[in-house]
Amino acid sequence: MYFDLTDEQEAIRSTAHDFLAARFKSERMREIAGSEDGTDEAGWKEMAELGWAGLALPEEWGGQGLGIVDLAVLFEEMGYALAPSPLFSNTVVGLALAGSGSDAQRERWLRPLAEGTARGTQAIVDAGSTATPGAYPMEGQADGDGDGVVLNGKKELVADAAGAAFFLVATSDGRRHIVPADADGVSVAAEISIDTTRRLSTVNFDGVRVPADQTLPGKAAEFQRVFLLGAVALAAESTGVAQRALDMAVAYAKDREQFGRPIGVYQAVSHRCAQMLLETENSRSAVYGAAWAADADPDALPLAASMAKAYASDAGWRVPDASIQVHGGIGFTWEHDLHFFLKRGRANASMYGDARWHREQVAKKVLAPTAA
Amino acid sequence: MDLTLSPSEEGFRDEVATWLRANNPGPEPEGSLDEVMQFRGEWQRKLHAAGWAGISWPKEYGGRGATMIEQAIFTGEAAAQEAPSPANVLGLAMGGPVVIAHGTEAQKARYLEPILTGEEIWCQGFSEPESGSDLASLKTRAVKDGDEWVVTGQKVWTTFAQYAKWCMLVARTDPDAPRHQGLTYFLMDMEQDGVEAKPLVQITGEGEFNEVFINEARIPDENVVGGVGNGWGVAITTLMNERAGLAFGAIAQIHNSLSRLANLAREVREEGGSSVADDAYFRQKIAQLFIEAETMRLNAYRGLTKTMESGIPGPEGSLGKWQWADINQDLTELALEIEGAWATLGRGSEAAVANGAWQYNFLRSRANSIEGGTTDILKNIIAERVLGLPRMR
Repeated sequence: MYFDLTDEQEAIRSTAHDFLAARFKSERMREIAGSEDGTDEAGWKEMAELGWAGLALPEEWGGQGLGIVDLAVLFEEMGYALAPSPLFSNTVVGLALAGSGSDAQRERWLRPLAEGTARGTQAIVDAGSTATPGAYPMEGQADGDGDGVVLNGKKELVADAAGAAFFLVATSDGRRHIVPADADGVSVAAEISIDTTRRLSTVNFDGVRVPADQTLPGKAAEFQRVFLLGAVALAAESTGVAQRALDMAVAYAKDREQFGRPIGVYQAVSHRCAQMLLETENSRSAVYGAAWAADADPDALPLAASMAKAYASDAGWRVPDASIQVHGGIGFTWEHDLHFFLKRGRANASMYGDARWHREQVAKKVLAPTAA
Repeated sequence: MDLTLSPSEEGFRDEVATWLRANNPGPEPEGSLDEVMQFRGEWQRKLHAAGWAGISWPKEYGGRGATMIEQAIFTGEAAAQEAPSPANVLGLAMGGPVVIAHGTEAQKARYLEPILTGEEIWCQGFSEPESGSDLASLKTRAVKDGDEWVVTGQKVWTTFAQYAKWCMLVARTDPDAPRHQGLTYFLMDMEQDGVEAKPLVQITGEGEFNEVFINEARIPDENVVGGVGNGWGVAITTLMNERAGLAFGAIAQIHNSLSRLANLAREVREEGGSSVADDAYFRQKIAQLFIEAETMRLNAYRGLTKTMESGIPGPEGSLGKWQWADINQDLTELALEIEGAWATLGRGSEAAVANGAWQYNFLRSRANSIEGGTTDILKNIIAERVLGLPRMR
């Protein structure tokens, strides 16, 4: 029993922390958040050089071969810095290809993805669906001429579509299909995301032909695991978001004076900060518990991941919200960075299963009819 | 990072579990507190005989010399199997560790063994009617008289005072010193004319704790622990040990309560005949409690790793104590909500659900955010000592 980061993980954390703090200062983050398509190719290139694009992907396919705990360490720092980056989208697709792709698909798509030269993103959520696993109604119709499928319809809430080389598209039979972004019949329409540091788009598929060798051989259950790993990564990111919002609140409470004293002496303020710490630490424990399960105790992953995502979904926006309250009027201004953290936390809360969905997964275990 | 038990820790857990299954005397008698204490006393003798009293105490002091993780495993396993509490719980969790940390060799030789056997029960004399959360304002006076100290004052919320031989007493020995520095930690013999304990009746109708009236009680100088004027630091060690020791037993108890809550939800029917366990509102609430109990467990393990590296429990232990109180209270509130109209019936009532156990637990858990440091004070500690916010005073 040892529940702390190893020296190697601590090194990942401090490298990531220092790099991201220098690379994504407030002005740069705002510049990207306010840009046309929200991309930052120079920043991405540097992250790829650090090996982050393939951090938890097999070395055999160009990755670093590290584990999900290491990934969680990195994503916590990504959240702390509020780095606008396609790292999350790219990582999830990489995990799907690594786990369920054919060798030819891995050579063609995973290697460049892991090396950071050609990004992928998932296109799984159908309009009007619940956006949860098992609810992707798009059908892949048989291709009349060949042995592949034809895709018609649209996928919504696709993250980081701008600059993606390919989409990993879910169909109602539980399969995943690789569709190059420049394939005939694919068009992307940007939506207005509340979190402008992670853009969401609608991707239209108009008679898009997918050759048989571009469908992943993996089964639905394997993609369920990828979904859960994505949930854990987002929960880690939200934990970092919460930590940053807490740090900002504490710094402000020490500095800001009213009635002749720093506002942190008043319990209305200090107890709010203590509550923020409780929620942040709980998120962190739940996240590392789940990340550890992913690496070392796969049977425990579904419950642990749902607990982590349920908890961090709430904490990820409540803590920034509480930080805004500590800051008072200045916290409500566009000029202050806090709103970006609130928006990232709230957007994360709804992605890869919201708190309600994940709590229901926990309830299925706790309230199982046969449980004692 | 490794969240599994090592082979030797697993072996320890199996040994504990096997022993407890064979020796756990089962639920406590539903009689008077005297009968309960008698039962707990027998249990502690059995624990001691088998080497399970003072698990994390060093071997040279009669303990098992086990690691903190093994102590946590034992506490968790005993709570999971619903073993009774030992009679001298305060001596084991606080008194002994304080004597080991701050006591003289003579004190260690005199006090530790009877703590382990349960032959001498300990109580804690910290709070006073005018000094609750603001402990350092306490007024009980100890005046030097030759080789003795003469003590006068009043203590309150003193659990088991009516059974105790020794009181961990903090008294003011220097009224002119700055208030944290004028305090001294004593071991006071409860069996003397100057000490009188009177039980206080709680909102549950029971009396676990007492008022203690001290009128010119005598304490020999050799019963000072940690030196005259150092009472505050010694008292803090006691409280940190109390908070750190609580966590793993508390977590196992919460899991037992959650299982009962799940069973209650399965049994209770809603209008139309469906089970409460199928009601989305209650499913969300029960799942959230389970998640919070698990985050508390994981936090406690993170805290334990930290404590094992640094050697002393840190102020982060306050987080767990706070969270435990919240979860326990939420849990009993939810049980009453599930019971609906029947939530009105309590212990002893024929028509009560589960013999009124949840009504009792609901009432008893109100104290969880008060006893052993109020939640409001814990938030102050976290704000000041973990977050570094400016002190209020």
